[in-house]
Amino acid sequence: MTALDGNAIAGMLQTAFGQDMTAAPGTCAGCGAASRLGQARVYRGAGTVLRCPNCEGVLMVIIENGGVMGIDAQGLTDLHVPW
Amino acid sequence: MARAALLRRLTWQTGTIVKIVTETARTRTIALQVPEWRGHRGGQHVDIRLTADDGYQAQRSYSIASAPSDAQVEITVERLHDGEVSPYLVDQLRLGDELELRGPVGGYFVWQDSPGGPLLLIAGGSGIVPFRSMLRHHRSIHSTVPVQLLYSVRTPEDLFYREELMRMATSDEIDISLTFTRTQPPGWNGYDRRIDREMLVESGWSPGADPLVYVCGPTAFVETAAELLVGIGHDPRRIRTERFGGIGENP
Amino acid sequence: MTPTSRGFLGSRRTDADPSRIPPGQYVTTAFPVLSAGPTPHTPLDRWTFSIRGAVAEPISWTWDEFRALPSENITTDIHCVTKWSKLDTEWMGVSLDTLLAGVQSSAGHALVFCDGGYTTNLPIADLTGGKAWITYGFGGASLDSQHGGPARLLVPHLYFWKSAKWVRGLDLRDEDQPGFWERYGYHNYGDPWQEQRYSGD
Repeated sequence: MTALDGNAIAGMLQTAFGQDMTAAPGTCAGCGAASRLGQARVYRGAGTVLRCPNCEGVLMVIIENGGVMGIDAQGLTDLHVPW
Repeated sequence: MARAALLRRLTWQTGTIVKIVTETARTRTIALQVPEWRGHRGGQHVDIRLTADDGYQAQRSYSIASAPSDAQVEITVERLHDGEVSPYLVDQLRLGDELELRGPVGGYFVWQDSPGGPLLLIAGGSGIVPFRSMLRHHRSIHSTVPVQLLYSVRTPEDLFYREELMRMATSDEIDISLTFTRTQPPGWNGYDRRIDREMLVESGWSPGADPLVYVCGPTAFVETAAELLVGIGHDPRRIRTERFGGIGENP
Repeated sequence: MTPTSRGFLGSRRTDADPSRIPPGQYVTTAFPVLSAGPTPHTPLDRWTFSIRGAVAEPISWTWDEFRALPSENITTDIHCVTKWSKLDTEWMGVSLDTLLAGVQSSAGHALVFCDGGYTTNLPIADLTGGKAWITYGFGGASLDSQHGGPARLLVPHLYFWKSAKWVRGLDLRDEDQPGFWERYGYHNYGDPWQEQRYSGD
């Protein structure tokens, strides 16, 4: 399977965070590389997995359960939400 | 930007198909009249959602092909093998049909005449779509930012927006290079190979010009181009990438 | 109200026997590829299948040893939590009953581990009794890597995320430990007929 990138899930991210997140920079907890969420490798399984473009470690997992979105961002040491 | 605008909820809207243009044997540009469209920036996406009679839904993300100043919202869709949404959009959708969409979305792979510096656009196949939006915007605001576009396609039949690109190339600010990687037009004396270091050095801004670089196309194309660009000295922070041209057909 | 898209059906068939379709599922003719990560490519000469953890003696098979085990053909329906079901899929592989026959363990749970780091958890009772296989064939050919080859766990009575791709072994455990999707909020058991998609369903 070829990964999409974070640009392809801009709508999902905006629904989850209430604003654009593709330009938001974050730092991978695994390798320390900085990237914007738009650059993340995106995989669609049961839910959506965003992986680090440098080390493929999991940055964020998004679960859509009916009208509720669950977001796990433990793979990011920081995420700068544009304001 | 106003806070209220930032926090505006992303909702599904209904657009009406007002124009369909055949680009290639597998590709159509679809123009939608969207009553409450709030404008977009070049490079942004829309999500398209299809709903069957029994409630089954499928959703995909597409790059916007039209300029912010255009009256309609356009997407260019390539029919993908084993696709679920793209065959419907390319083969079944008709004038007057309604289509659900939400957007615009995305803020990373966008261009707005700023920040400054010349613009280097590198497209592989359907990766040209967001650049059509950016270039139309560039023309409509009479931008003086110089642009170099390198567009790689397999055959002349795979070229999108042929006449429009030729028109744009007559402008002083926009320089377009094509490469046909598999079959070339008769009498072609331009590039006939996959994108490489020499091609980027010849037809793209040098790192010294400090260009803002956008690369869009299939994953392997984007990764190759980005590596070559960094290899010839471009600042990785000035390179923005998008894989698949936003045509996120999945699975 | 959501407007419908004239003539849109998707990659589906609508003539299927409704009694075979769990609630909320749609039957597809395609075989969608879903994955939590990139496709790993482990050479077969470095591939093993192992049963370890709360066992008297860990056991491991090389690819050649594994392929020499008695195999079965399985025709079954599969159900993905993303709402597609696929009917009459044809698999070939080794029953977990065969693999667990020589293993001494009182563990009640298994954490399945895979190339690429994916995990999923199941009760041992759902892996035994002719309900689960380690498959390497699909539709008469070897299992494609995008669908989990060289080998994939097949547990068709549970949602398909339990049927882990690129499987490399079982970690038997006295206590249950949630796997990848289970940790992020998917149901711990995942019975499609009970529509156990998410934790709390």
